[in-house]
Order: sequence, then structure tokens, then C-alpha cells
Amino acid sequence: MSTLLRLATAGSVDDGKSTLVGRLLHDTKSIMADQLEAVERVSADRGLEAADLALLTDGLRAEREQGITIDVAYRYFATPNRSFILADCPGHVQYTRNTVTGSSTADVIVLLVDVRHGVLEQTRRHLAVASLLRVPHVIVAINKIDLVGFDADTIRGVQKQVSEVAAGFGLTDVTTIPVSALRGDNVVTRSEHTPFYAGPALLELLEQIPNADSPTQEQFRFPVQYVLRPQAAAVDPALQEYRGYAGQIASGVVRVGDRVSVEPSGRPTTIAGIDTADGPLEVAFAPQSVSLRLTDDIDLARGDMIVAADSAPEPTREIDAFVCWLAERPLKPGARVLLKHTSHTVQAVVTEIGNRLDLDTLGGTPATELALNDIGRVRIKVASPIVAEAYATSRRLGAFLLIDAQSAATLAAGMVASTTVEEPEPVNWVI
Amino acid sequence: MRDPPVSIQIRGNQTVSNETVNDLNIEAADLLNDTVGEYELSQLDALESESIHIFREVTAELERPVLLFSGGKDSVVMLHLARKAFWPAPVPFPVMHVDTGHNFPEVIEYRDRTVEKFGLRLVVASVQDYIDDGRLSERPDGTRNPLQTMPLLDAISHHGFDAVYGGGRRDEEKARAKERVVSLRDEFGQWDPRNQRPELWNLYNPRHRAGEHVRVFPLSNWTELDIWRYIAREGIELPSLYYSHRREVFERDGMWLAVGPYTDPKDAEVVVKEVRYRTVGDMSCTGAVESIAKDVNDVVAEVAASTITERGATRADDRMTEAAMEDRKKEGYF
Repeated sequence: MSTLLRLATAGSVDDGKSTLVGRLLHDTKSIMADQLEAVERVSADRGLEAADLALLTDGLRAEREQGITIDVAYRYFATPNRSFILADCPGHVQYTRNTVTGSSTADVIVLLVDVRHGVLEQTRRHLAVASLLRVPHVIVAINKIDLVGFDADTIRGVQKQVSEVAAGFGLTDVTTIPVSALRGDNVVTRSEHTPFYAGPALLELLEQIPNADSPTQEQFRFPVQYVLRPQAAAVDPALQEYRGYAGQIASGVVRVGDRVSVEPSGRPTTIAGIDTADGPLEVAFAPQSVSLRLTDDIDLARGDMIVAADSAPEPTREIDAFVCWLAERPLKPGARVLLKHTSHTVQAVVTEIGNRLDLDTLGGTPATELALNDIGRVRIKVASPIVAEAYATSRRLGAFLLIDAQSAATLAAGMVASTTVEEPEPVNWVI
Repeated sequence: MRDPPVSIQIRGNQTVSNETVNDLNIEAADLLNDTVGEYELSQLDALESESIHIFREVTAELERPVLLFSGGKDSVVMLHLARKAFWPAPVPFPVMHVDTGHNFPEVIEYRDRTVEKFGLRLVVASVQDYIDDGRLSERPDGTRNPLQTMPLLDAISHHGFDAVYGGGRRDEEKARAKERVVSLRDEFGQWDPRNQRPELWNLYNPRHRAGEHVRVFPLSNWTELDIWRYIAREGIELPSLYYSHRREVFERDGMWLAVGPYTDPKDAEVVVKEVRYRTVGDMSCTGAVESIAKDVNDVVAEVAASTITERGATRADDRMTEAAMEDRKKEGYF
């Protein structure tokens, strides 16, 4: 019936994001009567005249008590053609952490801008994060157009401003839509108040937008997650000799008979079979979870990667990367951490901290440490080679976590800028 | 032969403004159709792949996982996905039932038959044992769902489980909407919603210190309707009480509760109704809904048309306070 689209929403304080999310949920009939009743009851208890739709997503006690949104909330809605997972990223507290988290899985990010205020500091930051995290599609909803009397010139002025800022961050696929979340203009159905706008309503656009890049456009990459060797315990006695490498295809397409290489050893081999519990496949593609059999008896383990033979990335022991620091204690040069990249976790040292990123300009300022919510450029050495690619080439092979080996806390979200660091380039914010 | 499609309107017609919108009419047959273009995954296939990825990832990184299995539909789907994740090897961890003692007999029968059929190892944490020896006492309202926390935590520490797979879904409840897929619990089993680990890309971090454990929710991104569409697609067997049947029930707080050994209705209250269950839990506080949905396709259509959440319709314990679920989760409940 439908495909799945992952969507993130972000905005500044009071730009009407909760109203927009509430309207999308409401107009797709995704809010149940009992949920709405509960919201109405609590709103009335607080002396509000209308139901506060923010209460639908502000689920935690502390959020309700303080009237703020603390954490990313996940909501679900569907139309006949598509199901949506919406990561609603709050604007005020820890906005960098939350927007980075929401953007990391998003196919589309919807940013809200209040037409009366235009592009604010926080809008620039959200666009910068969308650019850094390489969210495939960016939609800017220019909200509250009813409050400027649907004035075409005002709206066009903000559209122009958004396009200029987005272009400055290297964002090319940015769509602007004039909306009134409160009144519903251009949210689910096209508004009659915006004759100057010929494009689709927000939900129409979300239904049409292609999922991330087609797997056929990308190189085959398959991190081995788990080795399936059932031996005597096999669910079928005929499968006691079975040896398959289980994982989720990170990118590309694989066919039985394809020549592949196993990294980091670089050993060439051939795909003998693609298996699932529902039977064998002739062809599989990202992001399917499958199990691969190889023609050669090679000793493979979790953390190894099976890749297309003609495009194998060079394994590396050192990377140049952006990190978004998520821990209270600042990151300093020399920090010893664990680095988790695809299914591979290795010991690592942050050898150098370059610049701290200024989210207003995407320019850099020299830094000796990174504090909570800072984004900065670093060099990292790993104890054993990883098969990474630049995040610009592959979101899956370019992403990593830094983890505290002792507390096990997730310290940072990382994005590989370059895997060739023989000649240290001056830190330069080309994204 | 396919029946002619039934036109149904999904969900209610409540409005929050005076703006009218187009009704989203979905054909019931469309809900069960799962075909998409080439090199494109259907929504159910994408969810299935994500869940399998989560199972393999956490099971590979930790030592002693366990899967919570109650015989409820979510745990049944979760087990089905776990079997797919490790095929042709058997599921590499045991299943655990936190048994309130207030069971529907057909669910216990289903549980035992499933464990037998798939050669699973079953661990039972029994609330009744705790009540019998005085470690727990019966609540005045008779419900035992909140009493499950202590036996659950004791079983986790007794068996040294470090990952506990649960069937929780984010669409179920607003506190769960903020839950991570891999969610840390301290050594007292507590959840700290204000201090959750950020969860980025599909890179899960199940590491933890000694004494802590993680709860893992492979169905985080599934909705109730997804679960039912998947049950229909995969032909998964469920306990019979999920489908319409005649049962003696009585009304409490707007819910139909079953007449049985753990409830005490007045004779005059008891009526016989065509009902089915949307959730399965403690028999004394899990309500039935009136329904004529006799098979899985009927249920898919019914769930798609429903205007009330499954917990709102069927769980007395979640109605206690605005943050009842959050409070129980903080204490270590699943």
C-alpha cells in the first residue's frame, strides 16, 4: 500500500511548529478521540480557551509541568500512499543535540519560519545542521501568512531570504511553502488565499517527494553484523552446514554472482547466495536485512564489510571528521574513546581539535576544546582499520559515534570529512 | 477470490478548527496490498528490516538478552521478527513471561504451545509467588499490572540479563513517544527520561556499566495498524481472544471486563456480548471491545476505522493519572 518516509520538524520558539504538527496529525486523522479529549481536559484545567496541541507531543511530566518540550518525540501518521515517521525536534533546550538526532535519520526536514520575522538566528542554525547532516530534502514552511494578510510581496521576500541563506550553506534542494498552520492553508490542501503560489500543499509534497537516493545509484556496501552458523541447532537439519553473513545493506544493490571484496583484508570473492527467512533472493538492495553466502571459505566476523569489487574503499586508520559533542564534559585533544562505525567498534584517540563551527556562518573559529552542543572538526586515529567513506559520499559509511569506554555514554555524533589525511589540510569549512 | 473492497473512513471526524478537510477514504483491500516499485521497500518491509537490524545489532553486542513474551500480539510479532533475524539459527536467547497470575487461559495455552513449537526456553517471573510469600501485596483495586515491576527486575538481575527486548511501541502512549529504541536502565531498573542517550542514524549504543541493563524496543516505529497488517501479511497465529467471540462481561469505567476468577461483578451486571480484545494483559483490568471482527482482515479494517487508542479503550491502569505510564516506566516497568 505504501512506502515509508522519515521526516523531522524543527523551528524556533513560537513559530507554530506544534500547531503544524498537530494539524498534520489531525488532518490525516491520526489523533484519536481519547487523546484529543485528554488534551482538551488538561487545556481546560490550565484555563486555556482552546486545546493546546503541543500537549499531544509533550508527553513527559517535566515537559507538561514546565510547558516546554525537552526531547525529540516520534509521531506517526499515514495517507493512502505513504506512512510517515515524524521526529519532532524541540527548539529551545539542547536544540543542536535534538536537531542533529532528528536529522540523522530524516529523508526530509521541515523547518518553520514565522513570516513576520523571516530568517532568524535559529533558522540559520537549523539550515546549517540540515546541510551538515546532509538531509536529502529540506522544506521551509513559511508560517502565519494569515497574519500578514497573505501578502505576496512579504511572503516572496522571506522566500528569497531563505533561498539565499540555504544556498550559502550549499543546500540546493530547498522548497519553500507559504502556510498557515492554524488555518490550514497549504498544509493538507492548497489554499485559495495564495494565488501567487503554484506549488503543492505541504502534505502533497511529502507524499510525492522521492525517498533518499535510489539504491541503483550507489555502490554496494554491506557491514557484517552477525555470523549465522547454526550447526547442530539449525531449524532445519539440511542447514547444519549453513554459514551466512547477516546484515543490513548500507547502500547499493547486490546480485547472486556479483564479484565482491571483503574489507579490510581486501580479499576478492563472489556472492553465492542471498538468503532471508522467507526464501532466497536473486537481488537485494538497501536497506534490506539479508544474509549473504560467499563462494569462498573466508573467515569473516562482525565489523568486516562486503563491498562491490570494483569500488572498494581504502581501509583507514585515521580520519578527519566533524563531531557534534553531546557530553557535559568537554572534548580535549588526546581523549581516548570508542568509535562505533557501522557494525564495527574500535578504540580511538582524538588527536587534534581543529576549529569550532559557528552555526551562524558555517565559518570556523580556532578551538582547544569542544563543549556540550559544539560542532567542531577533529582528527581521530583508530586502533584497527575501518572502512569509512566521506559522509558526503555515504551517510551510512560516513557516520560514527564516539562512546565513553567507561561510562558507555554516547559522547558525540561524527561525520567523516575525509579518510585521506596524509597531508593535513588547513581547516577550511567547505561542506 | 477477493471480496469487494469495503470503503471505510479512517479514524474519527473530530475537528480542532472550523476548517473542513478531505476525508481520507482508504479501501480495506488497499490496507493489505503491499506492492511497491522496483528497488523500493514497502513500509512494512522497511519496518521489518529495521527491526531485524535492531535484533542483530543488540544481540551481537551484548551477552545475555531475553525477549519479553506475554502472548500479546506485539510480543508475538516481536518473536516472529527475532526468528527471521537469526534464521536458520534458532533464536539465540530465552523468552520471559512476567506472569500476573491473572491470565486468560487461552493466552497461557498459546504461550506454552508457541514455546514448544519453536523450541524456546521460557523463564517465568511470577507475581503470584511474590504475593504468596509476602514480598508484594495485592492492591486495593485488584489490578496486578503495576506489581509486575519487582518480579521483572529480580528476574533480570537473577539471570544476569543485560538486554531485555520489549514490544513497546511509540504510538501507544505519550511517554513512549519519547523512548529510545535502546534505552538505558540503571541498576535499580529506573528510566531517566530527562537524561536519555541521543540515538543517531541506525547506530545503536547498547553498552552499559555492570549492573545496568538496556531495554530494547524493536517495534518502536510500528503502529497498531502496522502490527495488524503485518500479522495479516505473514499469516501469524494469535491467541483466539483477539478475534470476535461471545463472552460474559460486565461494565467498569466504560470498559467491558471479562467475568472470571479474578473479577467480582454483581450478577445483575453480567451480560453476554460479541467482543474481542485489542490488548492482552491482567484479566482483571484489561477491557474487551465490542466487535464483530472474526478474522485478521476484519480486524485490520476495524483498527483502521477506530477513533480510540488501544490503551484508551482497554487499559484501566493507564487511565489512573496523566503520566501513569511515565511514572511506572521510571520505576522499571516495561
